[in-house]
Amino acid sequence: MSHFIEFRNVSFRYREDQPWVLVNVSFTVQADEWLAIIGHNGSGKSTIAKLMNGLLLPQQGEIFVDGIAVNEESIWDIRKRVGMVFQNPDNQFVGTTVRDDVAFGMENHGLPRQLMLKRVQSSLAAVGMSDYQAHEPHRLSGGQKQRIAIASVLAVAPQLIILDEATAMLDPKGRLEIMETIRQVQETQDLSLITITHDLKEVIKADRVLVMNQGRTWLEGTPREVFAAKDALRDIGLDTPFVTKLAAELTAAGLTIQREPLNHQELLEELWTLHSKM
Amino acid sequence: MDITFKDVSYIYQPNTPFEHRALSNLSFHIRSGSFVAVIGHTGSGKSTLLQHLNGLLRPTAGEVDIGSYKISAEGKTKDIKSLREKAGVVFQYPEHQLFEETVEKDIGFGPLNFHVEQEEIKRRTQEAIEAVNLPEELLQRSPFDLSGGQMRRVAIAGVLAMEPEVLVLDEPTAGLDPRGQREIMDMFSALHKEKKLTTVLVTHSMEDALRYADHIIILKDGRKHMEGPPLEVLVRKEELEQVQLDVPEVIQFLSGVEEKLGYSISYHNQDIAQLAKELVAMVKGGR
Repeated sequence: MSHFIEFRNVSFRYREDQPWVLVNVSFTVQADEWLAIIGHNGSGKSTIAKLMNGLLLPQQGEIFVDGIAVNEESIWDIRKRVGMVFQNPDNQFVGTTVRDDVAFGMENHGLPRQLMLKRVQSSLAAVGMSDYQAHEPHRLSGGQKQRIAIASVLAVAPQLIILDEATAMLDPKGRLEIMETIRQVQETQDLSLITITHDLKEVIKADRVLVMNQGRTWLEGTPREVFAAKDALRDIGLDTPFVTKLAAELTAAGLTIQREPLNHQELLEELWTLHSKM
Repeated sequence: MDITFKDVSYIYQPNTPFEHRALSNLSFHIRSGSFVAVIGHTGSGKSTLLQHLNGLLRPTAGEVDIGSYKISAEGKTKDIKSLREKAGVVFQYPEHQLFEETVEKDIGFGPLNFHVEQEEIKRRTQEAIEAVNLPEELLQRSPFDLSGGQMRRVAIAGVLAMEPEVLVLDEPTAGLDPRGQREIMDMFSALHKEKKLTTVLVTHSMEDALRYADHIIILKDGRKHMEGPPLEVLVRKEELEQVQLDVPEVIQFLSGVEEKLGYSISYHNQDIAQLAKELVAMVKGGR
């Protein structure tokens, strides 16, 4: 079993008299993989996230996490494996101190005290917040709050972390810090990562991208493959990175770009090669 | 309306252990009809600044002039109501403030409070809903049955129905998808020109600041860190880094071109297609 997550023909709607939010969705996520999910508002991205840890259950189809079918009986096993961080950190704090807050999830899972003490230390260290143990969470800055939220999730030692627009409320530098934190953790521990985001700078760093449109999986591939479909992406309300747009215009203006560039460096290399040939 | 801050300081909970100085001796001038972007990271004083623009806060020291209105620590509050008719604020996530039974009533709520005639409210509601690109059929619906993007447009229409001369926008695109973001910003840009508004945009997006604003103010710890036209301010890498901001991507790219290929192409608000043409000319040795 190499898939960590598998969606098999999943359909979901919130109420019987409402339209389907997800229609026949199938995909897999491998262990240690970083998958980015993008799509317009209302395309079903967040619903997918909530289905993955049993916050919602599908009406049709099946979902497997680490080989276990997600249902009401397995929810607690699933949640040990899948941690989530949401957009607004203020809605996620329960403890009066950072330390208590990080411990909360572990208490729910009934971990022994000695282990909890150790994990509080190690997960706060992982996000660079060791000096804040006795602070009140709600007095921290937005970026610091999100790091605490991530530490709380890490403490439960999940195998998958889902970031559901977890950096949307941060400024650009705050976003970068959070993503670097997560990447470092991912490199040192076995961890799959799913990010749901509109931030293209995040998307291009993922291993694979899943594009959702109107409740269906619309396109799946590496960032390079996905952004190559730039016109089609724009038609479904999504944006493409600056270099992708510029490369398209350069092609339209008569240059032959060899390989779809993903960042400045790659596009500059292309230009340099072309220039030295002239 | 011209907006002038003269040595404005604002202190939250003065003379208590929680005393916090959010603005320090802040001075600047915004010309009537300009589109200003205010940038700064969390805690830099942006929100405090914008709450001065319609008198929600009055300065602890100094004076704020908005058109003929003067707001200072000692001043009387009697004029503040008419100032609020002139200066409309679109707060962050404005859809959280919707409350009426129908979209129409929600949009008309502001003007009703200012005793605008029913006929006139109807006219303004009509105009506002067109400005935000919502179909008329929605007027009789509950605002809570709409999608997130539509709810935000309703909330914005409510501010427009006041027919403000100054429009203050606090991160108006937060949480929207890319198309939604572009549509909302293009809408504000069109309104700004059409109604000759004075627009103040609080944003994290250097791209939006570059694209829409004609004047930039960057705050740091409640003080003015940088100020000027976008093409002068947004290219100063080191100073921007001091406040954890990046140079807009197109400008970063052009300095990459200069470093790697030795050609300098200046940015003058050209779109990507035009930029591509200039790059092609450069590569082909036409310049």
